[in-house]
Amino acid sequence: MLAGIARRVGRRLLASLPALLGVVVVTFMLMRVLPGDPAVFFASGPSAGKEEIEDLRRTMGLDKPIPVQLFRYLGEIAQGEFGRSMTTGQPVVLDIKRRLPASLELTCTALLIALSLALPLGIAAALRPGTVIDHTVRLLCTLGVCVPTFVSGLLLIYMFYYLLGWAPDPTARIDIFASPPPEITGFYLIDFILMGDWDGWWAAFRQLLLPAFTMALFVLAPLARMTRASMLAVLGSDFIRTAHAMGLSRPRIVVAYALRNALLPVITITGIVFSTMLGANVLVEKVFSWPGVASYALDALLSSDYAPVQAFVLLMASIFVLVNVTIDVLYGIADPRVSVA
Amino acid sequence: MTEPLLQVENLQVAFSTRHGTVTALHGIDIALARGETLGIVGESGSGKSVTSLAVMRLLDRAGRITGGRVLFDGRDITHAGHADLRRLRGSALSMIFQNPRAALNPIRTVEHQIIDVLAAHGRLSRASARTQALELLRAVLIRDPEARLKAYPHELSGGMCQRVMIAMAIACEPALLIADEPTTGLDVTTQQTVMELLARIKAERGMAMILITHDLGLAARWCDRIAVMEAGRVVEHGPTETLFEAPKHPYTRRLVAASPTRQSTLADLAPDAPPVRVRAVERRPPGTPPLLELVNVVKSFGGPVPAVDDVSFRLPVGGALGLVGESGSGKTTLSRLVCRLLDPDDGDIVFDGESIARIPAREFHRSRQRRDIQIVFQDPNDSLNPRHTAFDSIAHPLRRLEGMRDGAALDTRVREAASRAGLPMDLLHRFPHQLSGGQKARVGIARAVAPRPRLMILDEPTAALDVSVQAVILQLLDRLRREDGIGLLFVSHDLNVVRMLCDDLVVLQVGKVMEAGPSQEIFRHPQAEYTRTLLEAVPYFDPQRRATLLSSTAA
Repeated sequence: MLAGIARRVGRRLLASLPALLGVVVVTFMLMRVLPGDPAVFFASGPSAGKEEIEDLRRTMGLDKPIPVQLFRYLGEIAQGEFGRSMTTGQPVVLDIKRRLPASLELTCTALLIALSLALPLGIAAALRPGTVIDHTVRLLCTLGVCVPTFVSGLLLIYMFYYLLGWAPDPTARIDIFASPPPEITGFYLIDFILMGDWDGWWAAFRQLLLPAFTMALFVLAPLARMTRASMLAVLGSDFIRTAHAMGLSRPRIVVAYALRNALLPVITITGIVFSTMLGANVLVEKVFSWPGVASYALDALLSSDYAPVQAFVLLMASIFVLVNVTIDVLYGIADPRVSVA
Repeated sequence: MTEPLLQVENLQVAFSTRHGTVTALHGIDIALARGETLGIVGESGSGKSVTSLAVMRLLDRAGRITGGRVLFDGRDITHAGHADLRRLRGSALSMIFQNPRAALNPIRTVEHQIIDVLAAHGRLSRASARTQALELLRAVLIRDPEARLKAYPHELSGGMCQRVMIAMAIACEPALLIADEPTTGLDVTTQQTVMELLARIKAERGMAMILITHDLGLAARWCDRIAVMEAGRVVEHGPTETLFEAPKHPYTRRLVAASPTRQSTLADLAPDAPPVRVRAVERRPPGTPPLLELVNVVKSFGGPVPAVDDVSFRLPVGGALGLVGESGSGKTTLSRLVCRLLDPDDGDIVFDGESIARIPAREFHRSRQRRDIQIVFQDPNDSLNPRHTAFDSIAHPLRRLEGMRDGAALDTRVREAASRAGLPMDLLHRFPHQLSGGQKARVGIARAVAPRPRLMILDEPTAALDVSVQAVILQLLDRLRREDGIGLLFVSHDLNVVRMLCDDLVVLQVGKVMEAGPSQEIFRHPQAEYTRTLLEAVPYFDPQRRATLLSSTAA
């Protein structure tokens, strides 16, 4: 079984390499086609002369034909060299390594919150279809999906920070006067636990809650709706009737028979939702001044800073591949009908 | 035996639908003594399944008992609460269902599902849960029970799933077992063994049983008493022998007439159908090539054995040939090969003297033989586009294959096809969901007849239909063949039907031809062992056959 899973994962990862290469090439071309000249942008000032810009262009390698630039870039990637950000002056790898944990921590927390809300809501709606509960859940989901994250984020800030004062100042991952934990994993919640610093953990956790909820609200709808639909379908199926006919208790039927079957499609949706969140949380990161990769990439894009944008897209594509493989494996474990080999 | 085990008095059930309340049962009276087997027979929509679900109180949300009462063991359970019902279900009265694979939880092992039932009724001794499950699997005579404990339903055959289902149903030794079409959809030989198993367990444990079935043969063979239902009412009931030998109610009479017996012919099944005008059969000179000839056809899907292995047969012009076999025998693959929806690996398919085996399946729709070879599919529900009216469905092949445009000509052709298929003209503008099963089957046949084919391939066209409808459809097919000279290739697991319709028979087992020849001959003197097994398993409608069987199981 384990060997089978490993073989399958290996095959899937290998098979995704061409797609990743395609992503690199397309992003590269796209960046070159977009208007904006990085050399002009990064020249010392608006008064910079033509020669200075030409000079800059030459040092950046932008004077060569695009195919040549592309091959040089691919060669660099193969050596693990992703270039330097013109804005921060740091190697892109270093920047991303510092910022990725922030994004992942936010996204994972948001996903956990979303799941822990969506599953009970979806189940409750499915058990009482057509009732007030069902309609309330539907309304909640619709609200979550049709209010853009920057609006719901601001609303949450207004309510919990400004009006109620429960939430801390919604900027960055931790209060500016508090000291961040030493960098071990980069995930503040984990690092604080490792240090045994519970006050710090609480502070970071409070800071995380508002942005995480904002994102969770956004993805609540697909998860809850999927849970409801899938639960309804399963509850109407023959083997549930069998379970009733055999006199199994209702909790047992709902949890062990219905829910476990209903979760299978939810697993798939969760993978898609996670990938979407990683890319879509740029707005949340902006609203909450969250130092994540998405806001980093957006800044780079606005200033025609090629290297970070290209690296970001490649990173997202790789994460997407990994998430998909993980979902595949999870599905294979959860559903015996899927052959592992 | 003082009071009946189950007594249903004037039971009424209604369903609330979008079109208002629909009454499904108009007051049913049924009584069942301990250890007795009652057969409830009737066609679809007669309310026999609703009766069983109402007794179990398993009606879905829309269904409601509106009157009457259900007494089980002297207790009124018509309005029993959830907790009481839960205790009764599975332990005192239990149920098995049609389509056993779907009736089992797909992601739970057989062992766990059996243990769940035992645990639900506190019958589980912790230490020996597995032993108990194993014993039950042994009781239902499953092969290799130890290995099956760990199996999931999808790893078992349909027959084995039904055995597991029976094991669960009898786990807590119920006094009453309701079997709702327990063998429908299973192969004939499997049907036989499952019913034998049920009868044995019933006798051993002194259970009472209600057998719900559309198959009079099955009911006649296994039940002590029969209740015949029509449109939500019990129209006749009584001991099996007297009821079937001297049916009183016209509906019972019609049902008995429509059920194929060993000797019946198509004309017996639906006596009031108009007689067939047999076309003056033009005697073909001896050298005429057959309409269809298969020569050593092989098709493999990559499994250990080919799905179709070296099959040859001939179908004369205007002839009818039956392909018979159980699931996995390759009969459907063979029909797909002949329709040219699949490409053969080897061998030749000759249609009307021309080889069509080398035309790739994806190109075949453009060849001129497409018109000549038409198909009628198994499921009349799923093979019609739900967004097409009957007219559109029938016109579809005319538009595609003959390039006809809307207009008087197309209209005439569609009406012609519909009348050939016996479809009333005023139904042409209905959608599939507004048609009955038999009417949908007629649309499917009209669609196949529309391009005036020379060969029609029928893949179990009556499997989903009630016996009375089946009788009429079979007669219709016979008429098409005799009056229009359309050759029929009839794929079926039902030997009875094949015998009546087809001159020739090809018996298949795991892709190989076991026996071939004139069907009357094969029925009278089967040569292959497999053919004999198949013939014996057919549940003929024959009230006499029951006594011998019961005495043999009692022995």
